Amino acid sequence: MNSILDRLQEIFAPVIDLRGEFATAFVETLFLAGVGLLAGGVLGLIIGTTLYATRGGGIAPNRVVHVVLNVLVNFFRPIPFILLAVSLQPLSRSIGIEGIGNGHAIVAIVVGSAFGIGRIVEQNLVSVDPGVLEAARSMGASRWRVVRTVLLPEALGPLILGFTFALVAIVDMTAIVGVIGAGGLGNVALTFGYKQFEPVVTWSAVLLVILIVQAGQFAGNALARRVLRR
Amino acid sequence: MALIELDRVSLTFPPTRRGADPVHAVRDVSLSIEAGEVVGIVGYSGAGKSSLLRLVNALEPATSGSVRVDGVDLTRLSERQLYAVRRGIGMIFQQFNLFSSRTVYGNVAYPLEVAGVPRSEHRARVSELLHFVGLADKALAYPEQLSGGQKQRVGIARALAARPAILLADEATSALDPETTVDVLDVLKRVNAELGVTVVIITHEMEVVRSIADRVVVMEDGEIVESGPAFNIFAAPRHPATRRFVRTVVDDVPEAHVLDGLRRRHPGRLVTLSFRDDGARQSQVFAEIVRGDVDLELVHGGLEDVRGRSFGHLTLELTGEPERVEAVVARIGELVPLTDLGTGAQR
Repeated sequence: MNSILDRLQEIFAPVIDLRGEFATAFVETLFLAGVGLLAGGVLGLIIGTTLYATRGGGIAPNRVVHVVLNVLVNFFRPIPFILLAVSLQPLSRSIGIEGIGNGHAIVAIVVGSAFGIGRIVEQNLVSVDPGVLEAARSMGASRWRVVRTVLLPEALGPLILGFTFALVAIVDMTAIVGVIGAGGLGNVALTFGYKQFEPVVTWSAVLLVILIVQAGQFAGNALARRVLRR
Repeated sequence: MALIELDRVSLTFPPTRRGADPVHAVRDVSLSIEAGEVVGIVGYSGAGKSSLLRLVNALEPATSGSVRVDGVDLTRLSERQLYAVRRGIGMIFQQFNLFSSRTVYGNVAYPLEVAGVPRSEHRARVSELLHFVGLADKALAYPEQLSGGQKQRVGIARALAARPAILLADEATSALDPETTVDVLDVLKRVNAELGVTVVIITHEMEVVRSIADRVVVMEDGEIVESGPAFNIFAAPRHPATRRFVRTVVDDVPEAHVLDGLRRRHPGRLVTLSFRDDGARQSQVFAEIVRGDVDLELVHGGLEDVRGRSFGHLTLELTGEPERVEAVVARIGELVPLTDLGTGAQR
């Protein structure tokens, strides 16, 4: 029995030595993902709702706004995140954030997730029955009120599932930003695992990332079930 | 002045594709509806009746002409001013359009929120409305827990919440089975009779119109082709579209395929007599036939009741000496409108 424990301790020695780094990286990943989901989510909600509302036949049709926003989304969304993170350096610097490290990572994650979430939000809003919006309009509700009190609440269940889906992509991003000098579990896997030929360190980081994703998925599903009452 | 006045209103939608023609949903329609009336607008799908209804609360802005509600020309109002107008006009829908994220209570309270009614007053008003439609026990249910008829009654309660003077019903019973349709129509009748709300109902079901409308408007291709008191429309439809609609619920002069069947069984002279309560009595007509020494048999038709007045089209087979039959047909033709279908041999 003891021999097995000893053997495990031996295998995980590099991880145990790095427990301080792991703890910090875990918190950093949560922080990066949390801020990314929150800020990217709010921006994405605004982008997606605007896309939905301004489309032809929408609540507030506006061709110019729709086309411009659509082009922006289509421009940013296909850029592989690692290239986006690298190429947004001037943006970070222009708003007084260092072009390397966690600050810049947050800028990159927020920009990257905002456009992705925007598209998800737009698609979820399309599934709301237009008749329900018409009913609200027939009662004299303003457009903004219709969006706030009918459109978004009616789409809430799918939106939560969409955000949960986005969370996985955002955690993915937090792992990549190790490349641009940010912390997090990705950085640990890269610096202490991959570069020092310690697969056990790499895999421990991977497991922790999976844990975060699973927890997020579980919370999202539970919340959506509650909202959808099924 | 009428409560709702449409003056030469057109509604044209721009072409959906480049090169396609614009869609003229409503063409040059004039219509006035008095306060307290129940008006039924009938037409096939695509006849423009939904568009016409949406002109009244400006969900669709008129392309030309004027739409006056309570004396105010909606075509001159800003979007913001229309919000206030719409609060005075309730609307119910074929698919109910209840908010699935809100309970029955939340649905009925929504127009109160929009109208800025203090939250403390919601409870009493919602309760009053749910009692009116007979769903007081469902306040905390969600729409998906209700049957179709219950959903529409919630829709009615919601539409009435802000005390509108007008209720617009967009195919409100078309998604319901016949029995539930009767229930919902009863509620709508009470909305009109007890609350004095003017009701405009569009439908393709003549049964609905017969049951509730004081006045009927028939639309085809975006135009009003006939309109008048419900009794006149049913008893004496003039336009072919109106006749087609009326035939769906009333036996009129038998159509060709019905007539063929009748001829096969009844070789004698077939005539259709149209009775109405302000015309000659049936006893007079039948007495005339008997006096003329001609046998009669009722082969087709029936009597109808519309808004408390009766009429009917009865198709009779008359048999006897040809000259006598001829004389009888001539005499009864003076008493009531008569359609002579002749005999099988004459064809």
